[in-house]
Amino acid sequence: MNSPHRSLAVRELGTIEYSEALELQAHLIRERREATIPDTILLLEHPHVITLGSSSDYAHVLLDAGELEKRGIALFEVGRGGDVTYHGPGQLVVYPIMDLKPDRKDLHQYLRDLESVLIKVACSFGVQANRDPSGTGVFTELGKLGAIGVRVSSGWITSHGIALNVSTKLDFFETIVPCGVRDRGVSSLERELQAPVCMAEVKECMVESFKQVFSS
Amino acid sequence: MPQMGESITEGTVSKWLKQVGDTVERDEPILEISTDKVDAEIPAPSAGILVEVGVEEGETVEVGTVLALIDPEGIALVDTTPDKTLEPDLVAPSLAATQTLDVSQSAEERLRTRSTPVVRKIAAEHGIDLTNIVGSGHAGRVTKQDIVAFMESSGATGADPPTISAARARDGVPIQSEPSSLWDSFYKEVQHPEYPVRPADQVEGMDKMRRLTAEHMVIAKRIAPHVHSFIEIDFSVIDRIRTLSRSRWEAQNARVSYTSFVAWAVSRVLRDFPMVNSVVSGNNVIYRGNVNLGMAVDLDPGLIVPVVHDADHLGLVGIGNKIVDLAGRARARKLMPDEIQGATFTITNPGVLGTVVGLPVIPKGTSAILGIGSIEKRVAVVTDQQTEMDVVAIRKRSLFSLGYDHRIVDGADAARFLSALKEMLESFPEDA
Repeated sequence: MNSPHRSLAVRELGTIEYSEALELQAHLIRERREATIPDTILLLEHPHVITLGSSSDYAHVLLDAGELEKRGIALFEVGRGGDVTYHGPGQLVVYPIMDLKPDRKDLHQYLRDLESVLIKVACSFGVQANRDPSGTGVFTELGKLGAIGVRVSSGWITSHGIALNVSTKLDFFETIVPCGVRDRGVSSLERELQAPVCMAEVKECMVESFKQVFSS
Repeated sequence: MPQMGESITEGTVSKWLKQVGDTVERDEPILEISTDKVDAEIPAPSAGILVEVGVEEGETVEVGTVLALIDPEGIALVDTTPDKTLEPDLVAPSLAATQTLDVSQSAEERLRTRSTPVVRKIAAEHGIDLTNIVGSGHAGRVTKQDIVAFMESSGATGADPPTISAARARDGVPIQSEPSSLWDSFYKEVQHPEYPVRPADQVEGMDKMRRLTAEHMVIAKRIAPHVHSFIEIDFSVIDRIRTLSRSRWEAQNARVSYTSFVAWAVSRVLRDFPMVNSVVSGNNVIYRGNVNLGMAVDLDPGLIVPVVHDADHLGLVGIGNKIVDLAGRARARKLMPDEIQGATFTITNPGVLGTVVGLPVIPKGTSAILGIGSIEKRVAVVTDQQTEMDVVAIRKRSLFSLGYDHRIVDGADAARFLSALKEMLESFPEDA
């Protein structure tokens, strides 16, 4: 294993409610700003939830409130970049709470770094994923594999982050227009491989890829 | 518009967090911008009063565009531009005092006042002049530790407002900058006190499961006011059904333990006691729409609680098989994440190891837990149905304990729930 020059704490949270993750992030952002914790990444899954970023269009949520409730899908408007997205079981969500001040004060570079992490993880499962000039995130031929939506709080502290479809039930994406893009599908590692993928293994790769990308 | 990255040429103002006339602290976020997939807070480059906003929400502007003007407090009030003096009522009264402090400062003194908003807030609350404190931070910045140490050493002089934080400060309890952080630390964080190690001792780190269990238990006890009630259950009827069905179940390769009977009965009785299948959430009560039974499994060492989802839709044999399956995979560490999530009620079985009764802790996020004590033959007084005479008999019995959150479940509710459960178990339907 590399020895990264910045230490990275990893917290595995299992499945937690979206609201709980928001609170936890707010708390950790304060702690990171006060330097009482090191750079930290949260690994988790959410129950079914649709979130709207700051540039979201409500028209991209295709179900009305009643229907969402019936299907047990929560809806949140949140202060992250990007359009509407879906989180749910089988999707690995990673929220890095990092201080970009020392050497990474560049929002675009940060997005590219997150894409690199996703590409590396996909690659270690033999799935080739790529950036796409049309938007942030990583894509395969079948569609979007990983989504990105980020917030940088005062003091260059990051929150929100990336969502990688591992064994996500992809029909849930039919309830929205993912990231406002209509003409591309969504994909998952399992769809790519046509075989079950072990979430624990994906988490391991995720942590490893994070260390590689953010220690260079 | 600040340069937020080499290739970033423009940004959209998504939200103003401060309005014209607001006082802003240095480094305090004053607006949010968004640029493709990133939302970013833009902090104030210096303290002062926001006097002009140049860009509307929704507008996209190039890097370098002036977004707003901040008038450095105090300085504008006295020496340089008197005509720009602000309306006194634009300034929050409590801050007005600190600002007049700034007025008389030399450049050197102002440097020493450099501090975080938290520190300035503490200083304002306690009437402390920051120039009296030697800062240990960068360039003499006064840190929170500095000001707390200063207050402890000087006995926190000044006109303390009778607030909770002031009272705590006098007792030497660290000051929380915001109420929510106290809340967070109380309900989300657990710190275990440390003890000195003696020479013959051996010290080991807790593994993840132990650590999570420890944190969960502390939080569960902090949040829910626990009460326990007990009832004794006669297993004669259940024993008879087990004997009658044994060969049929063996043919089906089914495993139906006593616990399965209890789980089946609990899942049915819970329908009539929604408060026992609920959770207190803020000032609300969430009555759960499903009956998901957490079944505590001893891993020796360790404890895990897999969940029988929608137990009220499963038959007795279905529940029995599910419990065997979950417990087996729990011991093999092969549970899927969603199989240990979402419990709405929990059953624990301290009796399997011979203990008569337990006082179980209510898992966080639920309102009750049932403990099954040892099921054993006891001497019981029963009424002979034919002669209507009381006789001493040998009966298989068990003491059940219900731990419940008294915020939502009252003693009488618990008693009614336990009585209904007793009734169900002692006249267990043969077609379950």
